[in-house]
Amino acid sequence: MKTHLLTYATFLAALICIFPSLLQAQNSSIGSQVNGNFQMDAQYYRVDSAIGALPVPEKMQMNSWTNITYTSGDFNAGLRYETYLNPVNGYDPRYKGTGIPYWFVDYKTGKFQITAGHIYEQFGGGAIFRTYEEHNLGYDNALNGIRVKFTPAKGVELKGIYGTQRYFWDKGPGIVRGADADFNLKDWIPSLENSKLRVRIGGSFVSKYQADEEIYNSSQEKLMLPLNVAAGAGRIDLGYGNFGLNAEYAQKINDPNATNNFIYKKGESLLLTATYNQKGLGIILQAKRLDNMGFKSKRTETGNVLDIGYLPAITKQQTYTLAAVYPYATQPNNEMGMEAQVNYKIAKNTFLGGKYGTDIAVNFSAINSIVKELVNDTTLLDESGTLGYKSPFFKVGDTKYFRDFNIEIGHKFTKSFKLLFTYMYEEYNTAIIEGHIDDTVLVHANILVAEMTYKLSPEKALRLETQALLTQQDEGNWVMALLEYTVAPKWFVSVADQWNCGNEDTEKRFHYPLAAVAYNNDANRIQLSYGKQREGIVCVGGVCRNVPASNGFTLTITTSF
Amino acid sequence: MKNIFFVTLLLCFGTALFAQETGADKVLFKLPKATVTDMKGTKVNTEKISNDGKPIIISFWATWCKPCLKELNTIAEVYEEWQAETGVKLYAVSIDDSRSSSQVKTLVNGKGWNYEVLLDPNSEFKRAMNVNAVPHTFILNGKGEVVWQHTSFSEGAELDVINVVRKLNAGEPLPH
Repeated sequence: MKTHLLTYATFLAALICIFPSLLQAQNSSIGSQVNGNFQMDAQYYRVDSAIGALPVPEKMQMNSWTNITYTSGDFNAGLRYETYLNPVNGYDPRYKGTGIPYWFVDYKTGKFQITAGHIYEQFGGGAIFRTYEEHNLGYDNALNGIRVKFTPAKGVELKGIYGTQRYFWDKGPGIVRGADADFNLKDWIPSLENSKLRVRIGGSFVSKYQADEEIYNSSQEKLMLPLNVAAGAGRIDLGYGNFGLNAEYAQKINDPNATNNFIYKKGESLLLTATYNQKGLGIILQAKRLDNMGFKSKRTETGNVLDIGYLPAITKQQTYTLAAVYPYATQPNNEMGMEAQVNYKIAKNTFLGGKYGTDIAVNFSAINSIVKELVNDTTLLDESGTLGYKSPFFKVGDTKYFRDFNIEIGHKFTKSFKLLFTYMYEEYNTAIIEGHIDDTVLVHANILVAEMTYKLSPEKALRLETQALLTQQDEGNWVMALLEYTVAPKWFVSVADQWNCGNEDTEKRFHYPLAAVAYNNDANRIQLSYGKQREGIVCVGGVCRNVPASNGFTLTITTSF
Repeated sequence: MKNIFFVTLLLCFGTALFAQETGADKVLFKLPKATVTDMKGTKVNTEKISNDGKPIIISFWATWCKPCLKELNTIAEVYEEWQAETGVKLYAVSIDDSRSSSQVKTLVNGKGWNYEVLLDPNSEFKRAMNVNAVPHTFILNGKGEVVWQHTSFSEGAELDVINVVRKLNAGEPLPH
């Protein structure tokens, strides 16, 4: 049986690969090509009980993946080989293993595009449907099924998807199906063609099915679970000259699940964005409300897996080490917030702009809870098997989740010296964001970062980052310095130290030194680092993961071909 | 049997790789098809990225990526000179997802960049180009074929980029 399968596979591989090559000989416009990329992260661990780096029995751990894509004319196929032996510290241990969890075939013909296999797709902003992967976080909710895209006319795009989602090396129990329509009115209404007005509208519908299971409320009565849960979303994108307005509203019918304590309330979300843009000035204002919108293809799941919708945080993603110590993570079931940002360039050859101009960015975000009111006198808030709560749409809740005010100024003083200065004030609710139920702490932190770059020659530069995080709560004050020497475009060498100088417990005022060297050539990169890594949260896009403390070597190799 | 399967696979890849080795300079690959959006919200097929037969730079970046901003800021200072000298055009492809894709326009305007900016919010184009991490910069010849790529950015790396563009225009072999 196995031999048979391989015979077929060989035959198929030969057909897929050789056939287009033959065609290519006849018709030079159809070329076939193979591309791909590779990444490996390997860590060697040393025990360091002081900073909380626990013994790792295998001493070394490794994550790696290789993508290979084959393209021939309108045909496209690819696969990804992944190996986690064993998953690097901080990754979900359920990734342990080796295999090909991702493959697809895709064909475009005229107005149709058909994809079978594993699919990454997004409807609108993604509120009710987005599948994507973020390897550096170990996140992958690929849809295993089919997708059809149909473009009946210019400015119209219809999409349909049907499948199950990736669950580590397995599939989630729920079936997800959906459709999306997107219209760019400029292509429809001739008078809009040359007008300042831009209008784009879209709508989507998604439904998940999961078989019944036995789940009980607090009185030990079995819940009548909805087997099919539907969600719908509508969006509009308006532009007039320099102004823009974008809105996306989504609703989900009753979906009792582990993230909402099995309540039957419907869910809704709204994201409003207003922008003003001209050369040298950009302004953005956002408002957001999330109410019971956790949407996964497995009822009992609470982790960062099997998400059907994507509800990003509307806070600025900080990248300096100490500014990223307290990152916000979206609370899909209960959150109300706003963000404002202004980017401004002071023109060059002015008093404040100097010879090269000055970049200024100011950003503010505030996130609170929504208001929850009792459904009636006999039902507790969030009681399983009930409607859970009522929530007035426009009222902001009292619980403060997060505040971030930051200002960033970038100025080039001379041809060889640049300074980037950041100040940030942050408030961070550990109980809500990290789920520490017993010790509610609102961390107030002031963060200062100065980054200086000095060019020694056209290819050689020194970069110094100095950072300070000042707080009375949590682990107290931190300071950090990083010095990097680069020889463009191939070499990077850096040394850094983080010091928890303000820890209340003087025994815990640890240093975390880290040295790294990297070599780049074309699309190849090798990086080796050695030192201590503090425990912390790493976020990319909307997902965060907790990285435990470690002490040791890390080797990263990446390449694209 | 297993061996024959792998040999066949290897042969296939071999054939395809040989097909790429033709031409005066080594063509790494042709631009793949993916759908991205421009700053006006219009969908753009990446195959249509063109510059009247002149070289093109494609730079993948994100609003949260410091080295990316450094690269694009550095090039912005000399972009007009580069354009006048070589006719090159830079496409800055943002991989920001819906968390920050609405801020791309604000940032680009705030910085006063003159690039062609494209949005790739679910990384479709990024995956098709096999980008591991940003910044990742590609250079295309006048026929729209990728002939050079580089990952990461440090001060002075922009000199390599324009050097490759100049050599392309002069028909000289490219440095690697």
